[in-house]
Amino acid sequence: MAKPLLQMKGITKEFPGVKALDQIDFNIYEGKVMALLGENGAGKSTLMKILSGVYQMDEGELYFKENHIKFKTPRDSQDVGIAIIHQELNLVPQLTIGENIFLGREPVNKFKRIDWKKLYANSSKLLERLGIEKDPMELVSNLSIGEQQMVEIAKALSLDAKIIIMDEPTDALTDKETAALFKVINELRENGCGIVYISHRLKEIFEICDMATVLRDGKFITEDLVTNLNEDLIIEAMVGRKLEEQFPRVDVELKEVVLEVKNLSNEYIEDISFTLRKGEIIGIAGLMGSGRTELAKTIFGSLPVREGEVFIDQKQYTISSPKSALEHGIAYVSEDRKGQGLILDLSVKENMSLSDLKQFESFLFKLNGQNEEHMVRHYIDNMSIRTPSMDQTVKNLSGGNQQKVSIAKGLMTKPKILILDEPTRGVDVGAKKEIYNLINQFKKEGMSIIIISSELPEVLGMCDRILVMFNGKITGAFNRKEASQEQILRCAVGIEEA
Amino acid sequence: MKIDKNKLLKYKSVIGLLAFSIIISFVSPQFLTFSNILNVFRQTSINSIIAAGMTFVILTGGIDLSVGSVLAFAGAICASLIASGMNAFFAIAIALMVGTLAGAISGIIISRGKVQPFIATLVSMTVLRGATLVFTDGRPITLVSGENAERFSTIGNGYFLGIPVPIYITLIVFVAAYYILRQTRLGRYVYALGGNEEATKLSGISVAKIKVIVYALSGLCAALAGVIITSRLASAQPNAGSGYELDAIAAVVLGGTSLSGGMGSIFGTVTGALIIGVLNNALNILNVSSYYQMIVKGAVILIAVLLDRKK
Repeated sequence: MAKPLLQMKGITKEFPGVKALDQIDFNIYEGKVMALLGENGAGKSTLMKILSGVYQMDEGELYFKENHIKFKTPRDSQDVGIAIIHQELNLVPQLTIGENIFLGREPVNKFKRIDWKKLYANSSKLLERLGIEKDPMELVSNLSIGEQQMVEIAKALSLDAKIIIMDEPTDALTDKETAALFKVINELRENGCGIVYISHRLKEIFEICDMATVLRDGKFITEDLVTNLNEDLIIEAMVGRKLEEQFPRVDVELKEVVLEVKNLSNEYIEDISFTLRKGEIIGIAGLMGSGRTELAKTIFGSLPVREGEVFIDQKQYTISSPKSALEHGIAYVSEDRKGQGLILDLSVKENMSLSDLKQFESFLFKLNGQNEEHMVRHYIDNMSIRTPSMDQTVKNLSGGNQQKVSIAKGLMTKPKILILDEPTRGVDVGAKKEIYNLINQFKKEGMSIIIISSELPEVLGMCDRILVMFNGKITGAFNRKEASQEQILRCAVGIEEA
Repeated sequence: MKIDKNKLLKYKSVIGLLAFSIIISFVSPQFLTFSNILNVFRQTSINSIIAAGMTFVILTGGIDLSVGSVLAFAGAICASLIASGMNAFFAIAIALMVGTLAGAISGIIISRGKVQPFIATLVSMTVLRGATLVFTDGRPITLVSGENAERFSTIGNGYFLGIPVPIYITLIVFVAAYYILRQTRLGRYVYALGGNEEATKLSGISVAKIKVIVYALSGLCAALAGVIITSRLASAQPNAGSGYELDAIAAVVLGGTSLSGGMGSIFGTVTGALIIGVLNNALNILNVSSYYQMIVKGAVILIAVLLDRKK
């Protein structure tokens, strides 16, 4: 084995009450893509924050090309040539693509004025290299999340980084964008870059990574060549136990129609019709921007209906706000749990009960704290939400647990119809399974569920019926048994209609 | 004894206030007398009451610049009604309603008209100050003696069990504010709205309604302060309350409430108002010229906010 480009040895980091990292070893090799794997809360983010100089380690040593180094600030890390592309994007929406890429490092002419020509020419080159057909003078606020991610990558490329850390880079990317990203990663690898690749999508690990390091509960588990591993081995190393079948489907008898949507249209969607039965799970597949989320938000009353009708239990209703949707038994769990689902500075309890606080109201508008806590405790136990207490700020929970709080918040309104938008995005394998089990439990209890998901295996594994959207329209409808990934994809990109 | 670091941090503004008071009491023995302490509390009551309402607004991520003008307008209405012979009780009720309504209108402009709170309340501030000047013709409305005026005077000048009435009123306002923020649905929504407006909307909460309510509450508090000042001076000054919005905002911020909303407490606001009150009082006792007082006040606020910055 070649000498590592960068070596982290015996890294230990403690936070009040938790040992986040315990004697972790981690290596990055020249011209290799190293996967960093582990469940949420395993310590990946903390380790990367140490590597990028955001956190200081309590114990351990860092070597770059066998020289002992120390990072006191993010700047020290940048100076060595380490660039990190965060899961949460750090772009300024009001600036252009080019301005964002060179923010703080704008090329200047000899009068110290910004050399805009050079800035945009260089930006164009970077975008071209990434295969993005965008004008660098376009505002970042006009870009999709996927496109914004590519701008982040362009920014790292512009830094000429020797080590690039990518934290869930493909989470918000379309397949086409992912393919473009992989092309770039391959190119970087050939140029001798060391890459750290963090992803929950195990398939990608085998596609793009050379090696993998697995962490579990803040401890180092293994480092190995990807060719020596397979999915089961990785999952076992990550969760410390074997995962049974990934999608534990249950079949229940489908009963009466609870939701019927007829010819629903507005700015984002066109002529959408479907029915949903009691105990049924419908999957909505489609690429980002296909109108999936907008459809959900229209049914939920947060986007206006221009034309069409919505029937709940065979009665027609006009749903004009999330409030009226909740009153009619429809709950929506957003794909963007940090931006739209949760209030990060509030506690687990306050978040969970927010949508239906009225039930706890008593004399003089006083909230009955005991009833509330009792109910919250019930959901925390039932959904195995891992939090030190219900008064913990949601911000401090791991992604999977935040997602469960977000779902619990929807459930507390006792919905008949639950819309889950990307319920397992950014959630680790173990928590995913738990969320699937919960969904099945709701199904058995007679709830009707709509799952919006970009992960086709998830849609195929969990749903009774699958609708595919493209350009705001439904381009395909399948029963689970007749659907295949290929067919769904063809409808999702608009090649075929079924 | 083991000291809980988090508790210490939580109460740092209180600790600051106490430390500050102790230092002053060493410098000037006059400070720590019963009558002076009462004086501090009474002087603070106006700012405290305004700041209580301001706390609601700032917790939602907004700001209310109109409080000083609402104070003057409500005070003028109250005084003119009493001067015209109306029963003091009804006059006060009407003044409070007018203040609440003025706040609610700002709230409606902000939520329905989608105008920035800074701009919307700047408009109310200007318009109401003008309205007060028109209404009073630019002259103070003085309350001449009479049974009704005497009774009204109790609010600002009276004592109950040896303690000035405004202090009781302040206490009631803060207990009510605490109750609303900590024990009711509205309070929860105020924090939620300040924390994440989009998520609050998607939680089925009428964000527009909450905004109207918080600005109405701020207007109510400002009007109450206006009634107290009018009673204390037995006269409504058309320029009353100028610049009070800044003292109220300073009290809220000194109390650790985040200007971006979602985080803070009414308890912090009491402390913040008292810090400003003690400072004013101490500078007066120490005979510092009022010109220097403002510089010192600014410096103390800066230091406190710097110390409060999160790492």
